[in-house]
Amino acid sequence: MTMTIAFLKRLLVALLAALLAALALAGAARASEAGYRLDPAPIDPNDLVSLQSGARTFVNYCLNCHGAQFMRYNRLQDLGLTEQEIKDNLLFTAEKVGETMKVAMSTADGKAWFGVAPPDLTVIARARGADWLYTYLRTFYRDAKTASGWNNAVFPNVGMPHVLWRLQGERELKIETVKDKAGHEHMEYSWSELSKGSQSVIEYDRTVRDLVNFLVYLGEPVAESRKRIGVIVLFVLAILFVFAYWMKREFWKDVH
Amino acid sequence: MSTRLTALWEWFDARMPSVKQEYKKHLAEYYAPKNFNFWYYFGSLAMFVLAIQIVSGIWLTMFYKPDATLAFGSVEYIMRDVAGGWAIRYIHSTGASAFFLVVYLHMFRAMLYGSYKTPRELIWIFGVLIYLCLMGEAFFGYLLPWGQMSYWGAQVIVNLFASVPFIGPDLAIWIRGDYVVSDATLNRFFALHVIALPLALLGLVVVHLLALHDVGSNNPDGVEIKKVKGPDGKPLDGIPFHPYYTVKDIVGVVVFLAVFCVVMFFAPEMGGYFLEYNNFVPADPLVTPAHIAPVWYFTPYYSILRAIPPLFHSQFPGVLAMGLAVLVLFFLPWLDRSPVKSIRYRGPYYKIALGVFVATFLVLGYLGTEPTTVWGQFHFDAFFLDTKEIATWVARLGTLLYFLFFILMPWYTARDSVKPVPDRVTS
Repeated sequence: MTMTIAFLKRLLVALLAALLAALALAGAARASEAGYRLDPAPIDPNDLVSLQSGARTFVNYCLNCHGAQFMRYNRLQDLGLTEQEIKDNLLFTAEKVGETMKVAMSTADGKAWFGVAPPDLTVIARARGADWLYTYLRTFYRDAKTASGWNNAVFPNVGMPHVLWRLQGERELKIETVKDKAGHEHMEYSWSELSKGSQSVIEYDRTVRDLVNFLVYLGEPVAESRKRIGVIVLFVLAILFVFAYWMKREFWKDVH
Repeated sequence: MSTRLTALWEWFDARMPSVKQEYKKHLAEYYAPKNFNFWYYFGSLAMFVLAIQIVSGIWLTMFYKPDATLAFGSVEYIMRDVAGGWAIRYIHSTGASAFFLVVYLHMFRAMLYGSYKTPRELIWIFGVLIYLCLMGEAFFGYLLPWGQMSYWGAQVIVNLFASVPFIGPDLAIWIRGDYVVSDATLNRFFALHVIALPLALLGLVVVHLLALHDVGSNNPDGVEIKKVKGPDGKPLDGIPFHPYYTVKDIVGVVVFLAVFCVVMFFAPEMGGYFLEYNNFVPADPLVTPAHIAPVWYFTPYYSILRAIPPLFHSQFPGVLAMGLAVLVLFFLPWLDRSPVKSIRYRGPYYKIALGVFVATFLVLGYLGTEPTTVWGQFHFDAFFLDTKEIATWVARLGTLLYFLFFILMPWYTARDSVKPVPDRVTS
């Protein structure tokens, strides 16, 4: 009978381990839903220079059409900037530094111009994931069939034009459906360059990396301090456990 | 000072002696079996999580706006601008999943040791009612962040009621207060989530505990400790709940909190299972997500719903099966005909049945989180294959096994071999 319990306990531990493994895999599962294979985003939430550079790209390129309406400008002090620096360099769509990062364009205009109103980007990284954004922003290509003249490998027929094209340059994409020996169909993508941008491939990847780094920060500004506090809380709980366990043992000495 | 406190207490006690009586009845002189094991932590933990949810919920209601145009933004406001708001929100969202995890383990404990059997049928029934309340609480609460999964999850579940013959469509409109899930729905779900169901839940917890303390706790041996009493009239195998189990449960609470905090501080989304990714997209009645999945604790039942094929273009059979899958729990005390309670003294039939049941529940739970195409298709054709999706067929097999566990229970528990049960608890 104690064997049954021991077995059940081992079973429970095994199940919990399997559950955790499944959860870890599931995190990756979100990213691979699209047909195009996603590149892992080499972001670093502690790299303040990268975050500041991403913030600059964000207010210069994204904030014209997209808002981040739940984020206040002065919160960007998290990135090592002073309120004055934020006012001088980043404050384009508001009067005061305590205001939220509203969009310059109206929703109705957005809908008329792009077919769909550009979504708010405050928590876009939490919905899409960093890898998706990193790949999406690097896989625009010229397509004469769309209204904007641009298309995207990760998000086919997206309404958004390639806003960063002057940096990346123009590219063309050929998508072919090929069958392998087993008869399974898969897509093959071949890229070619139409015109050069102002940045090299490495520079452009870095620009997008910084932007995605910023978008991930934007999704949850508290994320890094959350983890720091978590370590302290777990440490306190560990100490509490020692006392709680000691107290239990003392009381239970007289139970036979 | 201490004499003054004593005097104050005596003054109080003379005017309200029931406080002392109740303290004795439920804590200091409530004799619990001394052989509680690991599985017996989850009852007190469930109470602890309930307290966490109520307190964190009160703080959330201070800042949350139950309004379709403001709800999503108010959650982000809590996450960014409210001091410590992110912690309160993650405590509440992690607490929801923790509540179900703890309650599932608590229910599994009852199945391991036959805690629902005579004379504890009422405790079990109140427990299942608590579970039903909890499901309602989770469902109503999930609409409140007003993300895409909130919205479409609610849409799917309310539409289940629309499949009820004759009254269905009117019933669905009555629940929503509108033709689609809308501001009216959000407002009433808020009311149900923050006051109606919590009141019912608290009331049920009280009667669950009153019923438990009237008959006394079961234990891993499934023997009645009240049958063997000492000369002082106290059960020989019983120890006062306070201080013995209060100090023991404190250890349980600390360990639980450590696990809870690992999730809350380091993985509050839990890979998309506790907070679904799509719920970070504001609710849009015009855009249906490609894949709608409920949160993990509902997925076994969601799997059962999807597994049952429609009849005459009506989803009602699936809805009925899903409802029955929960309601059948009420009958467990009468389906189990075994003369012994604990799995320690049961034979192989019940052990196998329970093992298969747990595995089935987990597989159904996993499948409910995935699209039905997750395991691909059969490569052959047959007249009975209305769908070639492998996952759908596995879910059907799972549904069958789920119900067979209960339907066949009177048969296999009555025929199972049993071992002799000792008079006293084993150590």
